[in-house]
Amino acid sequence: MTEPEKSRPVAEPGKSRPVTTPAVPALSSAPAAAEAPLLEVAGVSKSFHVAGRRRLRALDGVDLRLERGETLGLVGESGCGKSTLARVLLLLERPDQGRVRFEGTDPFALRGKELLTWRRRVQMVFQDPFGSLNARLRAEDIIAEPWRTHRDLVPVKERGKRVAELLEMVGLRASDARRYPQEFSGGQRQRLGIARALALGPDVIVCDEPVSALDLSVQAQVLNLLTDLQARLGVSYVFISHDLSVVRHVADRVSVMYLGRIVETGPTEQVFDRPRHPYTAALMSAAPVLDVTPGARRERILLKGEVPSPLDPPSGCRFRTRCWRAQDVCAQEPPPLEPSGEEPLHAAACHFPLQEPVTVS
Amino acid sequence: MNPVLEVDRLAVDIRTPAGTVRAVREVSFSVRSGETLALLGESGCGKSMTAQAIVGLLDPVAHVAGGEVRLDGTDVLTLPPAQRRRLAGPGLSIVFQDALTALNPIQTVGAQLAEPFRIHERLSRRAARERAVELMERVGIPEPRARAGAYPHQFSGGMRQRLLIALAVALHPKVLLADEPTTALDVTVQAQIMELLRDLRTEQQTALILITHDLAVVAEQADHVAVMYAGGIVETGRVADVFAKPRHPYTRGLLDSVPGEVARGTNLKSIPGSPPDLHAVPSGCAFRTRCPLATDVCAEQRPPLAEAGQGRMSACHHWKELADD
Repeated sequence: MTEPEKSRPVAEPGKSRPVTTPAVPALSSAPAAAEAPLLEVAGVSKSFHVAGRRRLRALDGVDLRLERGETLGLVGESGCGKSTLARVLLLLERPDQGRVRFEGTDPFALRGKELLTWRRRVQMVFQDPFGSLNARLRAEDIIAEPWRTHRDLVPVKERGKRVAELLEMVGLRASDARRYPQEFSGGQRQRLGIARALALGPDVIVCDEPVSALDLSVQAQVLNLLTDLQARLGVSYVFISHDLSVVRHVADRVSVMYLGRIVETGPTEQVFDRPRHPYTAALMSAAPVLDVTPGARRERILLKGEVPSPLDPPSGCRFRTRCWRAQDVCAQEPPPLEPSGEEPLHAAACHFPLQEPVTVS
Repeated sequence: MNPVLEVDRLAVDIRTPAGTVRAVREVSFSVRSGETLALLGESGCGKSMTAQAIVGLLDPVAHVAGGEVRLDGTDVLTLPPAQRRRLAGPGLSIVFQDALTALNPIQTVGAQLAEPFRIHERLSRRAARERAVELMERVGIPEPRARAGAYPHQFSGGMRQRLLIALAVALHPKVLLADEPTTALDVTVQAQIMELLRDLRTEQQTALILITHDLAVVAEQADHVAVMYAGGIVETGRVADVFAKPRHPYTRGLLDSVPGEVARGTNLKSIPGSPPDLHAVPSGCAFRTRCPLATDVCAEQRPPLAEAGQGRMSACHHWKELADD
């Protein structure tokens, strides 16, 4: 899902804070909401109808919170609902149930100009730096295209200058403006995609596997760029990735998803060092580790089977069919996402959470 | 013990609209039975091309331009096609990354898995089918007898990869090449597949050549590693030695690029620039334009892959500078 696609202005959301230059008028429609988190998702569910009149429940009561300037890592395997959640954040999908709030305002209730303003505030960086850029537009047009929809943001006369600034901000040269995407390497294209996302001065950038298509040596450059931009601009990231070492590096907090639900959430160190949900522990132990010191090989929790179909998810706890701790109650009652005593910010949805940390390294 | 497979100065050329380019140059390595050698490199470094040249499945635009591939001492590149085909299965076998395109979509998996037994062992339809079901069971397909009549699209990604592995090991190959066998799979399934490959390697005493871009997979699975860059091997050695103290600046750069110990919010060390286009590989050392150690000699002379300590080789004029710190 979340097909990378260019040149559909409506699907290019986001608003903006005047990032680095004064060219962008500040427009915050919710000035009083200083206390509310930047972004809040509560109890959001979303189903899709698929062939045979069946319902695919992609999201099932998802809660999420994002503060200004922080990075939330979203981890999970294919089909867990990460991308649907991203589409909800981008207002591309309307949830069936639950609430979404940006600074206390429901963006789904907005219409017309107000909606347009809101859309600028959440931007997206796609996984595929090849498919997500229009091959027939020059770099400058790719970056400037969002301004054709958001007309008042950057005066026409200043657009060339602003494009040059954005190119330099992401580590490209101003002279690259006239080049086409196919003249850039994969890493450079991803930089271009980031520049386009920044063009509207967003508060939130949803990064959907932003480095997984890149080579390792280039991946580090792009991660560094994202980190630097956050320090400079104060932008928040929702960082979707299957690569746990990348998430550990960039995220302040992590939410782990399994079959449409958040099974564990908390500060990155706590979740990685002391996973409480068996799925989180298994996921982390399954990821190969770069450590060749003798005796470094650790216990691996090898899960049986694969993720069940979201068309026919298990009752109760969605993970119970693969869980080595499951008991009868797990089939009957979905466990709520509850914080632990010692770590109030660290919550897990499990009837039998792990007490002792399972050694992960 | 002698190596079962020796690759000696292998070269592969590709014809492109802009002229012929050398995609694999002077690649040499060897692997013993029961051992795993990792070919490590980023996209376009020539690792998959090397694997395809070894098994004789190069794309029509590519051809072997030199070198030898010796299986038990016999150069397979000079064998007549019919003889070479007979090696496909019992001699050399390959597992591809993309299981959906590697399997025939309009034939049941049972029939596909029976084919090697029908052709190489001339078994009857029924007997071959029986072997196919055993094989499915061995690689962990639930209810193999019932599932033998199903088509590839009816299996999940992980199960398809198991089927592909089953097909590759059906005739107990002497050398099994696995080209990014888990890249398309989820982490928990990846771990299962690597476990299966490892078990099969030990069980059948196969030499396993693992082609991957993933350093952590190499660290966990391989005994030896050959690091490739821009078509050539830049460093070889035991994984534990190479990863602990790399003796080529490219290997060092790769290891430094892995997010790991570095504190959050601080910058990762990265390698500047990106891998070269094969049409414009720098003169001398291909890595010099991105290398912190490069000097004039690197532009003039291509460093040969030469001994760099016990059981290790490096293609760098300055490897000693890395060994010192």
